[in-house]
Amino acid sequence: MEVLLYLIPAALVLGLVGLAAFLWALRSGQFEDLDGAALRILNDDQDGPDKS
Amino acid sequence: MSTQTLSSQPLDGMGAGCCPVSGLAEVATEHYSGPNQGLEDTGQVVDPSAFVRREGDLSSLHLMVENMSCAACIMKIERAVLALPNVQKARVNMSTRRLAVEWTGGEDLGWEIVRRVTSLGYPVAPYNPELLKKLDDKTNRQLLAAMAVAGFAAGNVMLLSVAVWAGAFSDMGEVTRTLFHWISALIALPAVAYAGQPFYRSAVMALKNGTTNMDVPISLAVLMAAGMSLQQTIAGGQHAYFDASVSLLFFLLIGRYLDTRARAQARSTAEHLLALNAHAATIADAQGRERSVPCDQLSVGMTLLVAAGQRIAADGRIISGQTEIDASLLTGETLPVQAKAGDQVYAGTMNVGNPLEVEITAVSEDTLLGEIVRLVETAEQGRAKYVRIAERASRKYVPVVHAIAAMTFAGWFITNGGVWEPALMAAVAVLIITCPCALALAVPVVQVIATGVLLRRGIIIKTADGLERLAECDYVVFDKTGTLTKGQIELLPSTSVSDGQLAIAAGLARRSHHPISQAIVRSAAQLDINQIDEVEEIPGKGLTGVYRGKAVRLGRADWLFSDTAPARDKRTEHMLETWLVVDCENPIRLVFSDQLRTDAKQVVASLQTMGIGVELLSGDRPEPTEVIANELGITNWKSSALPSQKVERLAQLSKQGHKVLMIGDGLNDAPALASGHASISPSSAADVSQTAADLVFQGAQLRSVLTALRIANYSGRIVRQNFALAIGYNFIAVPIAVMGLVTPLIAAIAMSSSSLLVTLNALRLKYRAGD
Repeated sequence: MEVLLYLIPAALVLGLVGLAAFLWALRSGQFEDLDGAALRILNDDQDGPDKS
Repeated sequence: MSTQTLSSQPLDGMGAGCCPVSGLAEVATEHYSGPNQGLEDTGQVVDPSAFVRREGDLSSLHLMVENMSCAACIMKIERAVLALPNVQKARVNMSTRRLAVEWTGGEDLGWEIVRRVTSLGYPVAPYNPELLKKLDDKTNRQLLAAMAVAGFAAGNVMLLSVAVWAGAFSDMGEVTRTLFHWISALIALPAVAYAGQPFYRSAVMALKNGTTNMDVPISLAVLMAAGMSLQQTIAGGQHAYFDASVSLLFFLLIGRYLDTRARAQARSTAEHLLALNAHAATIADAQGRERSVPCDQLSVGMTLLVAAGQRIAADGRIISGQTEIDASLLTGETLPVQAKAGDQVYAGTMNVGNPLEVEITAVSEDTLLGEIVRLVETAEQGRAKYVRIAERASRKYVPVVHAIAAMTFAGWFITNGGVWEPALMAAVAVLIITCPCALALAVPVVQVIATGVLLRRGIIIKTADGLERLAECDYVVFDKTGTLTKGQIELLPSTSVSDGQLAIAAGLARRSHHPISQAIVRSAAQLDINQIDEVEEIPGKGLTGVYRGKAVRLGRADWLFSDTAPARDKRTEHMLETWLVVDCENPIRLVFSDQLRTDAKQVVASLQTMGIGVELLSGDRPEPTEVIANELGITNWKSSALPSQKVERLAQLSKQGHKVLMIGDGLNDAPALASGHASISPSSAADVSQTAADLVFQGAQLRSVLTALRIANYSGRIVRQNFALAIGYNFIAVPIAVMGLVTPLIAAIAMSSSSLLVTLNALRLKYRAGD
C-alpha cells in the first residue's frame, strides 16, 4: 500500500495544476467571450487579425 | 445624397441576416452612389466623436454592432478596422456583440471606423463602457472560480470516497480509512469555505431580513455535512460525508452559474438596445458652429440641428425649416404630418423632409418620450412583484425540509435516550438528501436551453422570467402599425403604371426621405432608375425635375391639379395616393397602403383556435384600424387609443382574470408592453418598446409569436416535470434518511442521479422543440 503515498499526492498535484490553469485562464479574460471563441477557431488565418 | 434612401433600405430590411446584408449594401452603394457619399446624414451612421476617449496618445472607442452572426463577420469587421492607419487593436466580443478599437492619434479616425463597419452592413452605435457596469461580469467570474474549485474538490474527494466504499467490502484497515478521511478533509474544508460563499452570503442576507430562501437549507446542509464529517474523522468513525458536501456545492454552482449567465445575457441585450438609442445629437453653438454632443448633455435653449432622415433628440419648437415629421413610433399613425417654423416637435419622431433648426424646450425626462418612459417604469414596478416558480417552490419547500430534519433529530434523540450523535447524523442525512440540488438545476437548465432554442429562431429573451410569464398568457393584445402590418407603406401593384413610368417616379423619389418616395424607390428596385435632372423637393407638396427635356412632377393631387383631380378608381379611392405627371401626358395615380405581415392572418387564426383571446388596440384612426381588424377576423378592436388608455385596457383585462400578452412596436405601446403580463415586440420597434418587452423577435414573420408561445409552454411543462422528479426522489429517499439508513454512497447516488435526470429531461426541449 506504500504506493498510495506517491499516487495520492501525484493525483492531487495534477488536479491542482488543472485548477490553477483554469483560474489563470479565467483571470486573463479567456472566458469573456465564449461565443466568439467558438467561432474564431473557424478562421483559417494563421497570424490572425488581432495584432495585440 | 442619392445613396441615402437606397443604402438604408437593405440594412433595415434584412434583420438578422448576416453576410447577405453586407453584400446587398455594397451593391446598392456601388450602383447608385453619386459623387458625394453622404452616408452620415442618413441617420444610419452615428457621430462617434462624443464617445471617443483619449488617454495620452491613445484613443479608444466602444461600439455596439448589429447583425453579427458568424465567424466571417468577426473576421471581416476586425480586418477592415485593422486595415485603417494607426489602429492598434480591434477586438469583437461576440457574446455581447460589441467592438473595442484602440488607435493612436486624433479622434477623427472614429468617424472612419464607424463608416467602415457600417458600410460592411453592420450598423453600429457608440456607447460609454463606464456606464455599463461590469458587475455581472464579476459575479460571473467568481461563480466560475468557485465552480472550478468545487469541481476539483468533488473529483478528488470522490476518488478517495470510492476507495473507502470499496474498502468497506474488502480489507481496508481502519488506519487507511482514517487517513483517507483526513486527506478528504484537507481538500474539502477549504473548498467548502471558498466555493460555498455565494450561498452563505445570500442565506445570511435572507435571514437578516427575517425570511428564508433556497440558500438557507443549502448552506445548512453543506456546512453541517462538512462539520459532522470532520467530527467523525477526528473520532475515527466511518460516517464522513465530505464527498456529499463538495459535490453538492459543485452541482448547485453549475445551476447558479447557468442562472447568472441567462440573466447577464438578458441584461446585455437590454443594454444593447438602449445604447443603439443613445445617438449623439448635433447642435449649433453660440458661434454658429456645428458640434456633436451625447443626448444626455442637451439642455433647454440649445439649437438642435436635425438633418433629413434623423430622429429628433428633444422636444422643441422649429426655428427654421419646413418639413414633414414621421410620428409613427409615437402615435402609430403611418403618414407623416407637415411642420413649419413655430410648430412643436417631439423627441422620438423622425424628420423625413428638409433639415431643421429646433430650439429645445424640454429634454430627457420632461419630453413626451420621457413621459412614456415614466409610464413604462411605473408599469414595470407592478411586474417586479411577479414571483418566479422556483421561488414559489422554495417558499413551500424550505419550511417542510427544516421541519422534517428537526423532527428526525428529535425522534432519534428521544428514542435513543438522549444520545445526540446518531440523532444529528440522521438529521444531517435528511438535510443532504433533501437539499434542493435538482430543484436548483430544474429551472436554470431549462432556461438556458430555451434561450438557445429561441435564439436560433431569431427570438431574444430579454427578461429572465419572461418565458415563465409568457407560458401563462391566455389573451393577446396586438398593436396595428408595425406589428400586424409591416409598418411601412408600399406601392400597390397596378396595371395602369408601366415600368417606364415607375422608373421616372423612382428617379424623382430617390432624392427624398418621404415615406412615399421611399416606397416608390423600393418597388423600383428591380428597374433601371432613370436619371432626372434639376430635382427639387417642395415640402409637403412633392417633387419636380426634368427628364430628357420634359418637366416631370410627383406629388399631391391638390398641388398638381389646380382645379379638379382626374377620376380615381372606386375601390382604392380612400387610400393613400400620389400622382406622377410627365410633361403633358395623362397623370398617373400611384396607390399605397401599409400591408399586413404575410402571415398575420394565419397567426391570428391559430391563436384563436388555441382558445386565446385576440384583441386589436391601435393608436391609428378608426378607418384603417377597422379594415385591418375585419381582414384578420378580430372582433374586439379599438382605435385612436392613447398610451395611457392602452394601459388602462390591459389593467381592465387583467382584472377580468386574463393574463395578457401584449405585442406591439411603437413608443405608444411601450407602457402597455411593460404592464402586460408578458410582452413581445419586433426588432423593428422603437427602442423604448424593445427595452420594455420581454421578448424581441427578428425578421418579418409574425409566426415567431407562435413559436415563442409554444416553446414557453413546453419549457413550463418541463420545469414542472423537473420539480416533480426532484420531489419524487425525495419521497423515496427521505424515509430512508429519517430512518438513519443513509450511507454516503446512497446520498451521493441519490443526489447526482436526480440532478442528471433533471438535466437530461431539460435537454428534451432541444429535440422536441423542432418544428
